[in-house]
Amino acid sequence: MATGNKQAELIKEISGVNPLKCMKCGKCSASCPSYNEMDIKPHQFVSYVVNEDIESLVNSKSLWKCLSCFACVERCPRDVKPGKLIDAARQLVVRERGGDYLSPNEIPELLDPDTPQQLLVSAFRRYRR
Amino acid sequence: MQRIGVFVCHCGTNIAATVDVKKVVEMALAEPGVVHAEDYQYMCSEVGQEKIQNAIREKNLGGVVVCSCSPRMHETTFRNAAQKAGLNPYMVEIANIREHCSWIHKDVKEATEKAVILMRAAVAKVNLNTPLKAGESRVTKRALVIGGGIAGIQTALDIAEAGYPVDIVEKTPSIGGRMSQLDKTFPTLDCSSCILTPKMVDASAHPNITLYTYSEVEKVSGFVGDFTVDIRKKARSVDMSKCTGCGVCQEKCPSKKIPSEFNRGLSNRTAIYTPFAQAIPNVPVIDRENCIKFKTGKCGVCSKVCQAGAIDYNQKDEIITEKYGAIVVATGFDMIKLDKYDEYAYSQSKDVITSLELERIMNAAGPTSGHLERLSDGKAPKEIVFIQCVGSRCADDRGKSYCSKICCMYTAKHAMLIRDKYPDVNVTVFYIDVRTPGKNFDEFYRRAVEEYGVNYIKGQVGKVIPQPNGKLLVQGADLIDNKQILKEADMVVLAAAIEPNPDVRKIATMLTASIDTNNFLTEAHAKLRPVESPTAGIFLSGVCQGPKDIPETVSQAGAAAVKAIGLLAKDKLLTNPCTAHSDELLSNGCSQCAHVCPYGAITYEERQVNDHGIREVRRIAVVNDALCQGCGACTVTCPSGAMDLQGFSNRQIQAEVDAICL
Repeated sequence: MATGNKQAELIKEISGVNPLKCMKCGKCSASCPSYNEMDIKPHQFVSYVVNEDIESLVNSKSLWKCLSCFACVERCPRDVKPGKLIDAARQLVVRERGGDYLSPNEIPELLDPDTPQQLLVSAFRRYRR
Repeated sequence: MQRIGVFVCHCGTNIAATVDVKKVVEMALAEPGVVHAEDYQYMCSEVGQEKIQNAIREKNLGGVVVCSCSPRMHETTFRNAAQKAGLNPYMVEIANIREHCSWIHKDVKEATEKAVILMRAAVAKVNLNTPLKAGESRVTKRALVIGGGIAGIQTALDIAEAGYPVDIVEKTPSIGGRMSQLDKTFPTLDCSSCILTPKMVDASAHPNITLYTYSEVEKVSGFVGDFTVDIRKKARSVDMSKCTGCGVCQEKCPSKKIPSEFNRGLSNRTAIYTPFAQAIPNVPVIDRENCIKFKTGKCGVCSKVCQAGAIDYNQKDEIITEKYGAIVVATGFDMIKLDKYDEYAYSQSKDVITSLELERIMNAAGPTSGHLERLSDGKAPKEIVFIQCVGSRCADDRGKSYCSKICCMYTAKHAMLIRDKYPDVNVTVFYIDVRTPGKNFDEFYRRAVEEYGVNYIKGQVGKVIPQPNGKLLVQGADLIDNKQILKEADMVVLAAAIEPNPDVRKIATMLTASIDTNNFLTEAHAKLRPVESPTAGIFLSGVCQGPKDIPETVSQAGAAAVKAIGLLAKDKLLTNPCTAHSDELLSNGCSQCAHVCPYGAITYEERQVNDHGIREVRRIAVVNDALCQGCGACTVTCPSGAMDLQGFSNRQIQAEVDAICL
């Protein structure tokens, strides 16, 4: 994978988010329905991107626990939208695997009893081509 | 050709770090007419000004170009300096090589090139400058204050005390403003009414103050020292000279279900009403939209019960026209509407309230007579959550970009008052930052935490969910403990952002006073002229200029008063000699200039002219110097080129353009 700096730039480009606009209010973490499942919390996504520690972000549990419900995107008062950042980080991983799409045939083997169905729906919406 | 001196200012490093000032001096000496050029570190300082004066005297200069900051900053400074050395002040031109050049460029070579071009344009203009003489205009020794809150009252009292008559125009039926709605004030916790109502009485009793309540400014014309203002005194339907303020009409009025503006809709008022018991003047108004008599023609109860015979259903709006020398804007603020913040359930639950509503609930004269209770069921709350920054500091289109400044302190006040009066109630404040700059402010907030046990949590609330059992489930973040919090509350209080009174846009347009993207009035200089509008004769008092608390508002109100008094104390003002004039031989009387003139300064007269031997009577445009503000709209509109602006003549501007482009 590319260096932290390049990855961070890529995440900003894909998401269209400027993480420096964050005022650290935590409304994202206050809104997140899968907060308790996450190791890196939504408000922390932003500082991980600012600090260019993308390695930790892409290896976190949170990456696959985010439901892409976009509650944080909807409510963020500063237009920082942590949900979009995590979405972009997932995109990085998916691209790294050799294709930025999901095919319906792959889904059964990805199924895990803990995975919320909403995640599958939103992932499919996002990554199908 | 004039004998011109060019003076290049370093402005410390503001200019000199980006512009090669020596090169500008060298290039200036090569310009036609320039007989003297020099540079100095701070041209605006006494030493710098002396340099200009000495050169004028020694080299017999007829024109001066100062290459420095914006003319808005120091044009007057340099013109005054030149005048002291015997030069007509209008023979001085400024080449703005700071704001227009050094501040916006990084490359020294390019910036220097541009500075030289700007200098050249100014020299070309000065070559065509002619000495101008400022006229005089009179000062009407009367001030107008728009808005009767604490800001307007304080400004009016200060001006009145200095001996000048002042009129306060207040839109609502009573003076008092937002402060009259508050229960207690921080950081001393004194009762708001106890310190405000005496001032209201002082204002109404002062021989120099005239109150126009239930009135609005409708039209403003004129200029500094000589404004003419139309005030619409709305029909009160009650004769102020007869009413004794007994209040029987309000008791008997059968239309009792109108939401009270004063109590933020938490209680009802009658159709004939005074906003609150201590209202000044203590004369009710009939709200015609909700009055049964006005809606159906049947009723008239108030008229029947009024012993004084003061009710007058036929009263009409009255237009009062008055002249003023100075106008102070003190239009204040309101809370933002919360309809875009569904996540906080403000419209879903009666127990989610704004801080101003809480203020009314805590007040003895409020909807619950001062008892802290839930509006849904009247029960005493045990758990109260405060949410800060609702709509403040937002980058999205739901809220405001600025910090509302007063919320941290009033929330600490509310929390403290609740804990003091009801020690069994738990109070939690979700905050992003606690901002308490101000004398004794941080100590006040610390007292809330340390002595009153208010629970401050660093983190914002994501949503408030009304529960079937009537409670409110608050889901928030605790960023210090890094956990998500779910809390059942009985009441939630939102510190909603404040915004300038929506009417201020209309008023600013009438006054041609500039306004920023948040509808706050702009000051003439952010640091050095904070209570003056860039429009001469207009002063700013209170929140109309930016968020501020009561102590700051009162200080600013006093400052605005002093500026207004300074203006009223003058007998005459110098007028701007840069006014438009029409050439009688070129004017064809087409009226286009009169259509575009924003000041109504252009009229027409039939005049006998001698056009190369042809004598005839022609219709010619005439400019009233006293009204013309020198905006130049007529000169660019005139199809025959008859209109010309002194000090900015078509030839001068053409010469500047040539100097830049050729």
